[in-house]
Amino acid sequence: MRRPPAVMVAVVVHRQHVPLKNKQKRDNQPMTQTIHMALAGNPNAGKTTLFNTLTGSRQHVGNYPGITVDYKEGFFTHKNQEINLTDLPGTYSLTAYSVEEVVTRDYLVNEKPQVVINIIDASNLERNLYLTTQFLELGCPLVIALNMIDVAKDRGIAINPEKLAVLLGVPVAPIIARSGKGTDILIDQAVGQSGQQWQPRDISYGEDLDAAIMDMIALITEEKFLTGIYPPRFTAIKYLEHDDQMLKKGQQENSLTADILEEKVTQVSDHLLKTMDAYPEAIIADHRYGFIKSILRQGVQTQNFDTDRLYTSDKIDKVLTNRLLGPVFMCLVLFGLYQLTFSWSEIPVSWLESFFGWLGSQAETLLPDGPVKSMLISGVIHGMGGVLGFVPLIMFMFLGIAILEDSGYLARVAFMMDRIFRIFGLHGSSVMPFIISGGIAGGCAVPGVMATRTLRSPKERLATILTVPFMNCGAKVPVIALLIGAFFSENKAMYMFLFTLISWVVALLAAKFLRLTVLKGPATPFVMELPPYRFPTLQGLAIHTWERTWQYIKKAGTVILGISILLWAMMSYPELSAARKADFEQQRQLISVAVSPAILAESSSKSDAVSEEALTLRQKISLINRQESEQALRHSLAGKVGLTLEPISTLAGFEWRTNIALVGGFAAKEVIISTLGTAYSMGDVKADASDSLGQRLTTDPNWNKVVAVSALIFIMFYAPCFVTVVCIAKEAGHWGWSLFSISFNTIFAFLLATAVYQIGIRIG
Amino acid sequence: MPEINLRQMKKDQSGTISAIKVGGELGLRMREMGLVAGTRITIQGRAPLNDPVALRVMGGILTLRNNEADHITVFVEDKV
Repeated sequence: MRRPPAVMVAVVVHRQHVPLKNKQKRDNQPMTQTIHMALAGNPNAGKTTLFNTLTGSRQHVGNYPGITVDYKEGFFTHKNQEINLTDLPGTYSLTAYSVEEVVTRDYLVNEKPQVVINIIDASNLERNLYLTTQFLELGCPLVIALNMIDVAKDRGIAINPEKLAVLLGVPVAPIIARSGKGTDILIDQAVGQSGQQWQPRDISYGEDLDAAIMDMIALITEEKFLTGIYPPRFTAIKYLEHDDQMLKKGQQENSLTADILEEKVTQVSDHLLKTMDAYPEAIIADHRYGFIKSILRQGVQTQNFDTDRLYTSDKIDKVLTNRLLGPVFMCLVLFGLYQLTFSWSEIPVSWLESFFGWLGSQAETLLPDGPVKSMLISGVIHGMGGVLGFVPLIMFMFLGIAILEDSGYLARVAFMMDRIFRIFGLHGSSVMPFIISGGIAGGCAVPGVMATRTLRSPKERLATILTVPFMNCGAKVPVIALLIGAFFSENKAMYMFLFTLISWVVALLAAKFLRLTVLKGPATPFVMELPPYRFPTLQGLAIHTWERTWQYIKKAGTVILGISILLWAMMSYPELSAARKADFEQQRQLISVAVSPAILAESSSKSDAVSEEALTLRQKISLINRQESEQALRHSLAGKVGLTLEPISTLAGFEWRTNIALVGGFAAKEVIISTLGTAYSMGDVKADASDSLGQRLTTDPNWNKVVAVSALIFIMFYAPCFVTVVCIAKEAGHWGWSLFSISFNTIFAFLLATAVYQIGIRIG
Repeated sequence: MPEINLRQMKKDQSGTISAIKVGGELGLRMREMGLVAGTRITIQGRAPLNDPVALRVMGGILTLRNNEADHITVFVEDKV
């Protein structure tokens, strides 16, 4: 196991805009400068592993990564030569159907890397070379990294790399990306190829198509149609393949020429359909595979064993995707994931809780009274505590997901669940985001929304992103538990289960609704690869888990901190007028002077064992304090918001104090309980520590079972928390979807809650 | 060798694709994954609800929904 002599300098994650705006000219650079290389290949071919081996960093293996819009760049030095390597998303072809393909193609033609390293899975040579044929047609300087030659050997596949190199006309380096074997030679070859002229290779597509392509090339060359970007032949072929992006670009470039080309394509298509009963794109694919097969047959690849032989991975699949055992095992795995996440994270979560509790009490005793103290405790410490307290849980969740993903099991879950999810217009790969977001109750929509990156189809992905926040995440569970505990204490478990079930039904029906309306469209093909099972590497898991956790801390930490300070300010300001404050102070004075100084001293002592008079005095003062707090809350901006919303919210049974909590819940659902606590204790929570929030709600005239159910429904389904909203905007690529999510969910939840309340009070 | 629809193939049955009659994205996705006329496939198994189906193709495993498999016809081999 020899590590390559690659020295990592830095790894930069870029955000790529599609199409690329900043064209960088890198031609005519002397050899002593940094060489720009790009790494491309099929998903699961070991691309990310090679990237990590070369640059010394580790991110992720598999076709998940954060590359729906991101791509990674790494730097390393090879024999005193500085090299800059870009990790392109995994793709099966260069036709612009998916984001990955668009990103890869745009990067190649716009950034013009000096050499492309095409990584190929040697145990699946034929299919992997399909992408290679398209690189050849594009003409970029190419080097082939023949990965997993060890696996291929075990499977009885013998490959002759020299012969392959000769027949393809590009260097081929056999490597093992995991151990770094062969990468030295690979980079030597890549450096040798870098900076060469782009030389498109011609592949014959049969008489009919070749004639049409020649005609089109003539026109394209004459009109200089897109020739600055693509080789003429590449453009012609993409036209024949009905490549949407190419057709659009063509129309923008020169609509006259584009029309002639499109007309030509229609003619050829009609002719081929009549004579051969085949689409041009089918004939193109057939010829590409024909080209590949002819190469492989010339002694490049020989199969020593029977091709039907079952490999270890297939044997595991016999059990894990078995029609009876598969689902049972899947339930155990998912349940285990929850057990692991919640039981393992319990202790660190409690540590963090007590740490923030300690921090709060320190601030309480050390800082002088005033707005700064109040802000630090209610705003900063509580706000940060709420978020950071979740970190261990999120971390274990990410670790579990990373294991499932890296091992290849996640693809099997998608395979088994697809039939059910398809009914609701979703995709098998939607399962995991739903579960992560709280499908078994407890979870988080933020990693849930991020996990939708495994979905390759935009519409199903968007439908998933918009409906996962309906699940009962870890922040909603305490609220639900509180309300159920207070109003339905006789059947707690049953109600908890019932509400989890309701969340699933509503989320799936909402997905169906979205897919029938705003996200209308046919189901995206489920042509998906089940990668062989692999042992995830410990280091890979660690880095991968930490990367995602850090993203959560950064995003949630900053956003929630800001929001909780804002909420604190809204609930504290504007303050009561000095006259009103003085009025309350006077009331307290009046009561205090009415009793003897001994009892006054006794009541203000910290002792619990006091005389009856002192206790009455305490209660009276506490009553005045509460009244003052209620007046202050009513007077504050938050109170005004709550009161303004009251005329509408009473339709669903919510009074103004509940409104404040619900508005606060938009920042983070955890805030609902603390805000309810504040609002219903009228300020001083500690004064009433003996009767819990639940008890207080049951005795409050504004609350009853119907209101509780209505509130539960509303809390489960209304606007996702702010962090999720930010995340939706990032993942969906547009703020519009965040706004849609906020308004759609809130209106939907309100209608549902109103229906529950109105029907509820009528039937009693 | 009888020619049947891929949907009708049984578990562990092998055959060679005779035609794929679909264009657009679905056709393209199938082709780029190696499903072209002349490719040999073996049914690896079906999901618990009988859909989708898993195929062994060119040393890898692919999954397809039944309604997508409908576009593919296969010359099946007699079981030995």
